Amino acid sequence: MRKVYSRIEQIVGDVIMVEAEGIGNEELAAITTSRGVSLAQVIRLDRTRVYLQVFAGSRGVSTGDQVRFLGHRMRVPFTENLLGRIFDGSGRPRDNGPDLMENMIEIGGPSVNPAKRIIPTRMVRTGIPMIDVFNSLVVSQKLPIFSVAGEPYNELLARIAMQAEVDIIILGGMGLKHDDYLFFRDTLDDQGALSRSIFFIHTAADPTVECILIPDMSLAVAEQFALQGKEVLVLLTDMTNFSDSLKELAITMEQIPSNRGYPGDLYSQLARRYEKAVDFEGAGSITVLAVTTMPGDDVTHPIPDNTGYITEGQFYLRNGRIEPFGSLSRLKQNVNKATREDHRTIMNSMIQLYADYKETLEKQAMGFAMSRWDEKLLNYGRAFEEGMMSLKVNIPLEEALDRGWRILADVFEPEETGIRSGMISKFWPGGNGGREPERKAGDGSGDEGGEDAGGEEKKESADGETEKEKDSKENHKT
Amino acid sequence: MSDREGRIVGVSGNMVVAEFSGDVMQNELAYAVSGKEELKAEVIRVRGNLVEMQVFESTDGLRVGDAIRFSGGLLSVSLGPGILAQVYDGLQNPLHLLAEEHGFFLKRGSYLTPLDEEKKWEFNPDIDTGSRVQGGDWIGWVQEGIFKHRIMVPFALDGDWKIKKIAEKGSYRVEDTVAELKNSRGDSRKVTLMQEWPVKIPITAYREKLRPKEPLITKIRIVDTITPIARGGTYCIPGPFGAGKTVLQQITSRHAEVDIVVIAACGERAGEVVETLREFPELEDPRTGRSLMERTIIICNTSSMPVAARESSVYTAVTIAEYYRQMGLNVLLLADSTSRWAQAMREMSGRLEEIPGEEAFPAYLESRIASFYERAGIVRLNDNSIGSITIGGTVSPAGGNFEEPVTQSTLKVVGAFLGLSRERSDARKYPSVDPLDSWSKYDSFIDSGQVQFARELLFRSSEIDQMMKVVGEEGTTLGDFVDYLKGDFIDDVYLQQNAYDKVEGATSAERQTHVFGVLVRILKSELKFEDKDDARHFFQEIRQDFRNWNYAEWETDEFKELEKKLLEKVSAKAEAGIGEESDEKSLQPN
Ligand SMILES: Nc1ncnc2c1ncn2[C@@H]1O[C@H](COP(=O)(O)OP(=O)(O)O)[C@@H](O)[C@H]1O
Ligand SMILES: [Mg+2]
Repeated sequence: MRKVYSRIEQIVGDVIMVEAEGIGNEELAAITTSRGVSLAQVIRLDRTRVYLQVFAGSRGVSTGDQVRFLGHRMRVPFTENLLGRIFDGSGRPRDNGPDLMENMIEIGGPSVNPAKRIIPTRMVRTGIPMIDVFNSLVVSQKLPIFSVAGEPYNELLARIAMQAEVDIIILGGMGLKHDDYLFFRDTLDDQGALSRSIFFIHTAADPTVECILIPDMSLAVAEQFALQGKEVLVLLTDMTNFSDSLKELAITMEQIPSNRGYPGDLYSQLARRYEKAVDFEGAGSITVLAVTTMPGDDVTHPIPDNTGYITEGQFYLRNGRIEPFGSLSRLKQNVNKATREDHRTIMNSMIQLYADYKETLEKQAMGFAMSRWDEKLLNYGRAFEEGMMSLKVNIPLEEALDRGWRILADVFEPEETGIRSGMISKFWPGGNGGREPERKAGDGSGDEGGEDAGGEEKKESADGETEKEKDSKENHKT
Repeated sequence: MSDREGRIVGVSGNMVVAEFSGDVMQNELAYAVSGKEELKAEVIRVRGNLVEMQVFESTDGLRVGDAIRFSGGLLSVSLGPGILAQVYDGLQNPLHLLAEEHGFFLKRGSYLTPLDEEKKWEFNPDIDTGSRVQGGDWIGWVQEGIFKHRIMVPFALDGDWKIKKIAEKGSYRVEDTVAELKNSRGDSRKVTLMQEWPVKIPITAYREKLRPKEPLITKIRIVDTITPIARGGTYCIPGPFGAGKTVLQQITSRHAEVDIVVIAACGERAGEVVETLREFPELEDPRTGRSLMERTIIICNTSSMPVAARESSVYTAVTIAEYYRQMGLNVLLLADSTSRWAQAMREMSGRLEEIPGEEAFPAYLESRIASFYERAGIVRLNDNSIGSITIGGTVSPAGGNFEEPVTQSTLKVVGAFLGLSRERSDARKYPSVDPLDSWSKYDSFIDSGQVQFARELLFRSSEIDQMMKVVGEEGTTLGDFVDYLKGDFIDDVYLQQNAYDKVEGATSAERQTHVFGVLVRILKSELKFEDKDDARHFFQEIRQDFRNWNYAEWETDEFKELEKKLLEKVSAKAEAGIGEESDEKSLQPN
C-alpha cells in the first residue's frame, strides 16, 4: 500500500507541492478533496518537495487534503469496449457508462523509430475538390485546419471524418463548446459511425490541465488500435486551446516565455503529439486532422507558426472555403501521380489561373481598365469559386476533374489556359482539342514544374504529345 | 574513479540535479540509473557539490535518491569503418539495429554499439615500422564501399610518435590492434581501426586551414549562379514553413559534387528522413554509378525524439564529417534545422534559469552558432592532401521573420545566404531562393560580369514591377516594360528549376555556363517591339522554347536543334542580330 500524505505545503495556480520521498517523475497521485477525487501528475522533484499538477484544477483544494501516490504514470484503458464511449480529460466517463479499468496503457509513450517508418502513399478521398484535387490528403498525414474563430471548421472536420474510409474515429476535443460536442456526437450518430468512434472531450467549462491530456490519451488509444491493424483517424479540435493551456501551466511554473508568452518548448510539445501520425508497416495507421484557430487571423502567431513547421501542410479555411493559397499538402505528390493523368494538370492550371484572377480583382479595385482577358478571368474566378471552392460541393475526384475541364472550356480557348497540347487534345470538352498542336502555352510547363511534374510528363512538354498519350486518348472522353 | 558517485536531488523536465562526491568534469558523460535502465546524461553546470545535467532521454520515473554513474569521459562518437550508409540517432545509436531489437518504437536507455564489432575489414598497411607519425597521420586503409577509409593515428595523441609495430595486410575487427606507437618518453599506444572523439571538440589534426575558393557545384542553377557555395564554405537557408528548405536540402544532397554527404535531421519531421532513407538506396549516384546511400550518413533526431539529444546531434554529425575530411575527402554537412538545435539550447538554458537574451535564447547562442560553422573549412592535412567540410544549415525563423536571433546570428558567420521567400513559394517559383535578397561571398564558376548584368536586370525588373502596381501597365513606357519582362524571363527560364525532372533537375556546371551565356546574350540584344502586347507575346514564346531546351539532354542533337530554334527566333526580333557576346563562340551551336 502506498503512503498517503495529508499535508499540502503550497498551492500556486493548479500546481500543488507536498513533502514526500521515493516518488518518480511524472508519477500520478490521487487527491481527495471535498469535491471528490482528482488526479495529479508529478511535474518536478526538488529533494523532498514534490510538485504536482492537479488535473481538476486547484480550486477547492485544501492544505489538509489527502494525496495518495499511485506508482505509475497517466494511463487509459485500451479495449474494444472504448468504442462508442465518451470520456473527459482525466479519462472518466462522460456518458453515464461504466468506468473502464481493463488493460491500462500509459499515455505519451516513446516515438516510432524513423527507420521503421514507410513512405505514405494511400490517398484519403474526401469528396471535397479543394482537398482531393488541389491538396490531396494522405493516410497517416498530420494536417491542421488553420482558421479564424467562427468558421465552420468543426463541420469540415466532421465531414472529412464521415467520408474517410477508416475503421476507427477518435475525437479529441479541447476547450470544445458543449454545442460543438453535441454536434459531433449527433453527426456521427446520424451516420451510424458512433459505434466505431471514441470521444475524449474537454469542454470550455472543464479544468485547464485536463485539456493538456486530451491529445495524449486520444493518440495512445489510436496507437494501440493501429498496431492491431486498424486505420485510425484522430480529430483534434482545437489545438490552440491545448497550446494556451500549456502556456498557462508554464507561467504558473515561472518558466521564462520565449514568444508572446508561450513557452520555449511549444514546438517540441506540439511535435510530440503530431508525430504520432504514422503508417505502420504491416499494421494499421494513424491520420491526424486538427484544428488550429489563429488568434487575430495571424498566421505568424506562435501557435499556427509552430504548427506549420511540424505538420505536413495545412488547410486554410476562410470565408467558409478552403483557400488555394496558403493551403498545402506536403504529401500530395505521393498520391496524385497515380490517380488520373490529368490530375496534376488541372491542379496546376486552375490554381495558376485563379491567381491571375486574383490579380485582376486587385486591378479592378484600383480602377484600372479591364481588358477582354481580364473579363474572362473574372468569369473564370467566379465559376471556380462556385464549382470547386464552395464547401457545398461534394463530388468524387474524377467528377471534380471533369468539372474542372468544363469550367475552363466555358471561359477560355484551350491555348489560353497554358495547358500543353497533349492534355488538351485528350481532355478538352467538345472536341476543341488539338487545334493548335504546336502551341505549348506560355505558363504551362512552368507551373507544372515544381513538385508536380514527373520526369516523364516533363519530357513531353519538350516533345509534344507522346505515344502513350495518343494510345490512351479514348479512355478519358467525358 | 570509483570514489565518484552522485545521487539525484531534483528532476525538472529533462534536467536532473545531483549531489556528488569526488570530481566531475564539465560536459562529462554520466548515466542516471533508474531501476534497470541507465539513461545517458551530460554535465552542463557544476555548483559546489551540485551538478546539473541534461538527460538525453525522457526522465519519467526518475526519483530523488537515484544513482548517477559518471563515465569519466566526454560525450563521444565512435569513428571507424562502417559509418557510411548508416542511420544514427543524435547519440550515434544505429536506428536500423535498434529497430531489429525493439521493433516499431524507440527504447530509452538502449544504446547499441555504433560500429559493427564483429565485421572484419581488410587492412592494408601503408607505413613502415620506425616511421615518425603524429595524430591524424594515415597508417593504412580499409575499403569502405567506394572509399579508401584511412586508418589514422588517434587525433588525441600529442607530439611525435614512432611506429613500433604495424600489422600485416589481413582482416581485422574494428577493435583489433593494427599498430603500436611509442614516443620519446617511452609511452606506448595501440592503434585500432577505430577511435573515439568527443563531439563538442573540433578535430584539428591538420596543417592549416585554407580559404574556401573553389565552387561546390550543386547543379541547382540559382545557387550555383547567383548565390554560389564554396567547397569548405558555409551557407544558410532561412525561410518560413513550406517555403522549400527541406526540398532544397534534399536535392542538394543528391546532386552536390562532393564525396560524402552527412545529413543532420535535427528536430524536424521524421517522414522527411524516411524519404531519404528509403529512396537513396535505390538512386544512382551519377559520379560513381553506385547507390547514393553509399556516400550518405544520416544523423536523425527528429522532432519527437528527446530534445537534449537533438542538441548533441549536430555535433555528432559535424564530428563524423571531420573524421572523413581527415581522409582527404570532400564532405558536405546539411543540417535541417539549426533553429531546432538553438531551441534545444534555449530549453536547457531556461531550466538552468540563466538570464535570457532576445526571445529567451541564451546569451551564448551567437557564439555557439559561430563555433559550429567554424568547423567547416578546407584544410591541408599532414601529408599535404586536401580535405573539406562544407556546412549548409536551414533556419526556421519564428513567423518567417528573418529579424530573429538565430537567423541574425547565423548571417554574421556564414559565407552565403539563401533566403527563401513565401511569395515565391506561394507562386510556386521553385527553388524559392529570393534572388534579390540573397547573397554569397563566394565566386561562381560563371563569369562575374555576366552574373552582375543579370542581377542588375533582376533588380530593375522588380522595381518596374512595383511601379506598375501603382501606375498600371498603361502608365509604363515600352522600354521599362521590356526590362520588366526580361527580369521575369531570367527567373522563368533559368532561376526556376524543376527539381523532379531527370534532366532539368540537375544542371552541370558546363551546361550552366553555356546556357547562362546564351541567356545573357539574348537579354543584351536590342529587341524591337511594336507594343507591349507584342513584347509580352514574344517573351512568352521564347520562354517556352527556352524551357523545352532546358529539358533536352546536354549536347544531344535535340539540344542543339532547340538552341538553334531559340536563337533564330531572337535574331528575327533583334535589330542588329545578337552579336554582343563577349567571347568568340559562334551564335549557333556547332
Ligand atoms: N524545389 C521544389 N520543387 C517543387 N516543389 C517544391 C520545391 N520545394 C518545395 N516544394 C513544395 O513545397 C512543399 C514544402 O517544402 P519543404 O521543403 O518541406 O518546406 P520547408 O522545409 O521550408 O518547410 C513540398 O512538400 C513541395 O510540395
Ligand atoms: Mg522543412
